[in-house]
Amino acid sequence: MNYGSLDLNTVWFCLVGVLFTGYVILDGFDLGVGVIHLFAAKKDEDRRVFINAIGPVWDGNEVWLVTGGGALFAAFPAVYATVFSGFYLAFMALLCALIFRAVAIEFRSKHPSPRWRAFWDGGFALGSGVSALLIGVAMGNIAWGIPLDARGEFAGSFLGMLHPYALMMGVTTVALFAMHGSIYLLLKTEGEIQARVRRWVNPLIIAFILCYVIVTLATLLYVPHVTAAFRSEPWFFVVAVAVVLAIANIPREINVGKEFYAFLSSCAAMFGLMVIFGIGSFPNLVFSNPNPELSLTAFNASSSQKTLGIMLTIALIGVPVVIAYTASVYWIFRGKVKLDKTSY
Amino acid sequence: MSVLLLSRLQFALTITFHYLYPPLSIGLGILLVVIEALWLITRNPLYHQMARYWTKVFALTFAIGVATGIVMEFEFGTNWATYSRYVGDVFGSALAAEGIFAFFLESGFLAVLLFGWDKVGPKMHFFSTCMVALGAHFSAVWIVVANSWMQTPAGFHIVGTGLNARAEVTDFWAMVFNPSSMQRLSHTLSGAWQAGAWLMVSVGAWYLLRRRHREFALASVRIGLAFALFASLLTLLTGHKSAEGVAKNQPEKLAAFEGLYVTRTHAPLTLFGWVDAKNEKTHGYAIPGLLSWLAHGKTSAKVTGLNETAPADRPPVNFTFQLFHLMVAVGFTMIGLALWAVWALWRGSLERSRVLLWLMTFAVLGPQIANQAGWWAAEVGRQPWIVYHLLKTSAALSAVVTANEVVASMVMFSLVYMLLFAVFVFLLNDKIQHGPDDSDLNPAGKWALGFGLKSKGAK
Ligand code: HDD
Ligand code: HEM
Ligand code: HEM
Repeated sequence: MNYGSLDLNTVWFCLVGVLFTGYVILDGFDLGVGVIHLFAAKKDEDRRVFINAIGPVWDGNEVWLVTGGGALFAAFPAVYATVFSGFYLAFMALLCALIFRAVAIEFRSKHPSPRWRAFWDGGFALGSGVSALLIGVAMGNIAWGIPLDARGEFAGSFLGMLHPYALMMGVTTVALFAMHGSIYLLLKTEGEIQARVRRWVNPLIIAFILCYVIVTLATLLYVPHVTAAFRSEPWFFVVAVAVVLAIANIPREINVGKEFYAFLSSCAAMFGLMVIFGIGSFPNLVFSNPNPELSLTAFNASSSQKTLGIMLTIALIGVPVVIAYTASVYWIFRGKVKLDKTSY
Repeated sequence: MSVLLLSRLQFALTITFHYLYPPLSIGLGILLVVIEALWLITRNPLYHQMARYWTKVFALTFAIGVATGIVMEFEFGTNWATYSRYVGDVFGSALAAEGIFAFFLESGFLAVLLFGWDKVGPKMHFFSTCMVALGAHFSAVWIVVANSWMQTPAGFHIVGTGLNARAEVTDFWAMVFNPSSMQRLSHTLSGAWQAGAWLMVSVGAWYLLRRRHREFALASVRIGLAFALFASLLTLLTGHKSAEGVAKNQPEKLAAFEGLYVTRTHAPLTLFGWVDAKNEKTHGYAIPGLLSWLAHGKTSAKVTGLNETAPADRPPVNFTFQLFHLMVAVGFTMIGLALWAVWALWRGSLERSRVLLWLMTFAVLGPQIANQAGWWAAEVGRQPWIVYHLLKTSAALSAVVTANEVVASMVMFSLVYMLLFAVFVFLLNDKIQHGPDDSDLNPAGKWALGFGLKSKGAK
């Protein structure tokens, strides 16, 4: 198909952004459920409710990551190659965490013994927490910039990636996902369990806002290339303010019992955060720190125009269909969790 | 050990482990469609019970397939960065298409398949089952297309030189329908169908041996066996087509499969034996002229030998030879077993023949062995190339990854996968020992309503 003068590189920068945003919003809540799994749910029945709240949807959510990875590979192979080989150990740890989480959900219910269940509860919680943390650390590194050499290869070390800014971003992500997950659980639970979850929501919101403030300050002070984009286009600040408003709206909705709106607010806040991240980075996909001229951008790291065009056709056919049936699955499984024979 | 060797071992370990599960999901996926269709048509509660039972087994294989598949998706970037830059333009689009067209489809409708029994009506549920099976097949389509492009590249050109060289798509459809993709896809799918079919046969046969769940077991054996017979014959046919393709497109691979060192007419087919690579000799029991006939349709046709390839560019010959012969031997064994069992079923003597039932019980291993041997033969047989005649495997590595890092990840994967495998076997065994649930004979919720069974009461 011919897309004329359309700037395919920018389109794909945005589309990859959309896929990862979808991932963060959707898998964000089920990772978040995992993060608070051990703390907010004590009895076996509570834990089953937690897991069944995400049971039908977590796999589909994770596919956003898989497809995001595939899209990155196809549209920006150089980025895919540099980031995954450069963050080798961190990624292997992430993969391990994701494996444990995935199988823990399936295995936990298959045996009634308390020890068995405790083991997989641990796997589920730890896997979720570590995944969230590592995703945040990776994003922190991308925002901060990583050392690249002239060939676009990673030129740093594993320990070099664990600087305070990246770690803070990791902690912020854990807090964000935990908050998001707890709000999702409000939506899916009722009665006593819901009351217990409710006690977790406000502290998590506060924890996240604290982290958010610290990260924002650190960004303004220490990450000038991200703030530069905002200084040149002041209306981007509107997005940043919108995020704060969306978060402030969450407790309000919860107080009047509108959990669904609270959840939408939380989704909107995450969407806004990803938009900020995208605007701050554009056109860089991997910012090279200390040599910015070596950065991998949407223009120097992309596939051929032909491939970007083919991929856009694939996306235009595929994505609407995907959204349609994803929405129907969420619709079919709407409402409070009821445990039955087919539950985990 | 070098990073190269370690990365190859890690790739082989992770893909081999991953590939234990997708064939089961693909094969069982089709069988679930068949069983649910039978239930919809006949309304026999037995089929409802079977659908429930096999869905649970399916969920188990699917979960591990997903967990191990995520590793594969990123391993190209982590360990084969140079390769990723080189082929991203071509290979990446197939992988992305797999995500969009296959994985979303599978995972979305899987939710309805597993948890939707009481939430949607029977027709909608059946539709979801079909979509899950379709999604599983789509993922095979795209990944096999991507892999086949590496075996027989087409529809591309090379831009840049030296370290900056990379392949770019010129013709998408020529890339998708590269010379080997359809043969290899059909062969891979028929192998996967066998994996699912023989699992069902095996569990059924074991219940018959133990004299448990007779009705359920007989139905499983019947359905599984019909599909197994079909798939095993299809595997032979598609395998033969693949071999013709290999003879044409990758002659040195075929020569390695058969241990043929010298180009010749009336080339013999070695049924079993071994290759002495040092002296370039193949020993064993051979049928004259058969290889020429199978590869090119005439006993007088010329078959290319390994002498046309420089020794440094040859794959490990004996290893490839043994893997290939193992697969073919298993292939004929499965056909033989399927015919025997169908005949016994026909005659009504199946339940009396304990030897046959035991063979059927162990038959589940056959397709697994052949599937792995087949992939290993196909992959090892194209070495030293990672992209055939374009990029050497040794040039495809990640430049920045160190041996210690790969050792660390490999230890991790080995431990995690051993745990997963142990748990899988434990849970599968648990499920089989437990047997089908009698309560599943009484459909509940919308299933019952849909057929008015609730008012009549289930039988
Ligand atoms: C989409 C691509 C793809 C697919 C579907 C497969 N492979 Fe492959 N395989 C490769 C892409 C690849 C590769 C990236 O091209 C490797 C990595 C290093 C190499 O030598 O080729 C490879 C190597 C490789 C090796 C090591 C060969 C050697 O180093 O001598 C083994 C044993 C396998 N594979 C086995 C398998 C199995 C059991 C598969 C079944 C699912 C499989 N491969 C599917
Ligand atoms: C190196 C090659 C491969 C890669 C990168 C890969 C990637 C993946 C990924 C990421 C998943 C998880 C998807 C999810 O989250 O739902 C997956 C699952 C799956 N893969 Fe693979 N895969 C490879 C090889 C294969 C092959 C050769 C086949 C079949 C011929 C196959 C068939 C499947 C199927 C059917 C699933 C669904 C889950 C299951 O049933 O186990 N894959 N794969
Ligand atoms: C009956 C005789 C068989 C013949 C003649 C045969 C032939 C072949 C050939 C020539 C290849 C290599 C294709 C390539 O390198 O491009 C191959 C690969 C393969 N075979 Fe077989 N095969 C047979 C039986 C089986 C059986 C029983 C299974 C599994 C149940 C199986 C599973 C595979 C798989 C998974 C591959 C790798 C994918 C591919 O390259 O297509 N084969 N087979």
